[in-house]
Amino acid sequence: MTDMTSEVARRGPRSGARASRTPAGGALRSGGAPRSWKTRPLRRLTPWLFLAGPLLLLITFTYVPVGNMIFYSFTDWDGVSPDRRMVGLDNYEQIFTRPELFRVFFVSFYYLAASFVQIAIALYFATVLSFDLRFRNLFKGLLFFPYLINGVAIGFVFLYFFQDGGTLDSVVSWFGAGGDHAWLGSAESANTSLAGVSVWRFTGLNFVLFLGAVQSIPAELYEAAQLDGATRRQQFRHIIAPGIRPVLSLSVILAVSGSLAVFEIPWIMTGGATGTQTFVIQTIKLAFQFNKTGLASAAAVILLLIILLITWIQRRLVPDERTDLV
Amino acid sequence: MTTPAPPTARRPWIGTALVYLSLVVACLVVLLPLVVVLLTSLKTSREMTETGALSLPHDFLNLDNYVTAFQDGHMLTAFGNTGFILLFSISGTVIIGSLTAYAIDRFEFRMKKLVVALFLIATLVPAVTTQVATFQVVNSFGLFDTRWAPILLYMGTDIVSVYIFLQFMRGIPVSLDEAARLDGANAFTIYRRIIFPLLKPAIATVVIIKGITVYNDFYIPFLYMPSEELGTISTALFRFKGPFGAHWENISAGAVLVILPTLTVFLFLQRYIYNGFARGATK
Repeated sequence: MTDMTSEVARRGPRSGARASRTPAGGALRSGGAPRSWKTRPLRRLTPWLFLAGPLLLLITFTYVPVGNMIFYSFTDWDGVSPDRRMVGLDNYEQIFTRPELFRVFFVSFYYLAASFVQIAIALYFATVLSFDLRFRNLFKGLLFFPYLINGVAIGFVFLYFFQDGGTLDSVVSWFGAGGDHAWLGSAESANTSLAGVSVWRFTGLNFVLFLGAVQSIPAELYEAAQLDGATRRQQFRHIIAPGIRPVLSLSVILAVSGSLAVFEIPWIMTGGATGTQTFVIQTIKLAFQFNKTGLASAAAVILLLIILLITWIQRRLVPDERTDLV
Repeated sequence: MTTPAPPTARRPWIGTALVYLSLVVACLVVLLPLVVVLLTSLKTSREMTETGALSLPHDFLNLDNYVTAFQDGHMLTAFGNTGFILLFSISGTVIIGSLTAYAIDRFEFRMKKLVVALFLIATLVPAVTTQVATFQVVNSFGLFDTRWAPILLYMGTDIVSVYIFLQFMRGIPVSLDEAARLDGANAFTIYRRIIFPLLKPAIATVVIIKGITVYNDFYIPFLYMPSEELGTISTALFRFKGPFGAHWENISAGAVLVILPTLTVFLFLQRYIYNGFARGATK
């Protein structure tokens, strides 16, 4: 955010100079004010003509819903009937006091743990593949491809993969371990399996982001380090790690907010059964199956607040500074 | 990806071997579930009951399951709907994003900071959290269960593309605008004749990212287009769960049908896709 506003501030004076330069240039050519800029009201209106559509869409589909949602969260509205009653903080109280509503938060921890595994794997492969290796592009492609696959297809692929006596069981039995295991049978194993799917799916994105960051580090730095006799480990610690810090911090925040907002994979694979219900699944069910729009809105407001809080903390901890290596 | 790779340090062969081993294991982990589904899609239902998951199909050219999946799964309609939504939401996103970036980057106006802030703050609100209320907005426009609901939502809530356009716009010299202005071009002509054509690389990036996102999205069509004839490839595939139940050979064929276009696009546009995603996510 600071990056953007400072950018605007930086450009400010230059644009001002531009505005005052233009009439003079026009005068040189045509001996008067430039033709299309004669009318001042039109000139002031011009940017708004371009922004009208985008702003209208932005407000209609982002800000109006956020505003409405906060309002609904204080009502007992069912989403359909014309009458709704203000119930104050009742909905919020329910979410924090009814354990079955609050429990879904704990499912997020599986995905949170998974996303750290995912970041670690991605970091390892990004480091390894930024050096010269045979089949580098093939490995890159294979690691990234899962990220591009349709979520429903992935859900089915893994539903089949985890079946009793299915692929995973067969692979496990190669290594001598006992045959059938109901991977999606108990809450703990189901959540671990689903979190594993999300590692499979999203590692590629992290990998590509890290790879881009590693490769934007100038090659001379490595050469210099090697001349100084730095080991691989030292190179990683002192060149790569600081170079990718901004991307790493972005990944962490995406990991945290992403693990709170998991929906697709558990919805497709288990429908939220066997303790795999996540916060978003619960909210969708409350709103669209049980017609508890008020309660669902309160849940969504809580989720939104948590994500905003995490973003804010991250921005405090890791300011948007440019790490200058050269 | 044009930057040359840093030179390889001389190191013991065992280290290199371990690196290759880890890469091969990772590729197996990626490929195994996909290959198994491909194999399954080529099996007959009898083979399914008699053989294990990892066995090879008897006839590699058995495409019966694909025919069943394509016809009974209404995949043609699904591809049609997805194509329709893709066409409109991508062109909309490109126009909206470039207009916004042009207005923000090339003009000084009152409340500019507020407008920039509005776009910025919106990035912090994950769309998934506001769907309960967004649904009411869409419903009040009478757009529920029409293809315009997802199109408008994809167009209206995409801030990443605005960023990508903004970044590119900064690289286009202002002197070009000024020269055109001296020749009597108005702001819209400048946008259409100069800025928009110069934004081509950014447009390619946005088209790729948006295309993949829209093609794969499940959440929005699932919530906003429940009618069967409005199924997109995601929701149509999701419906396989019902009629095909435990017929994994058909479900697998459906999944492969959905994955194939992605694979084709990926193989042809690999490089642009990596760049696009790196640019999109880091803004």
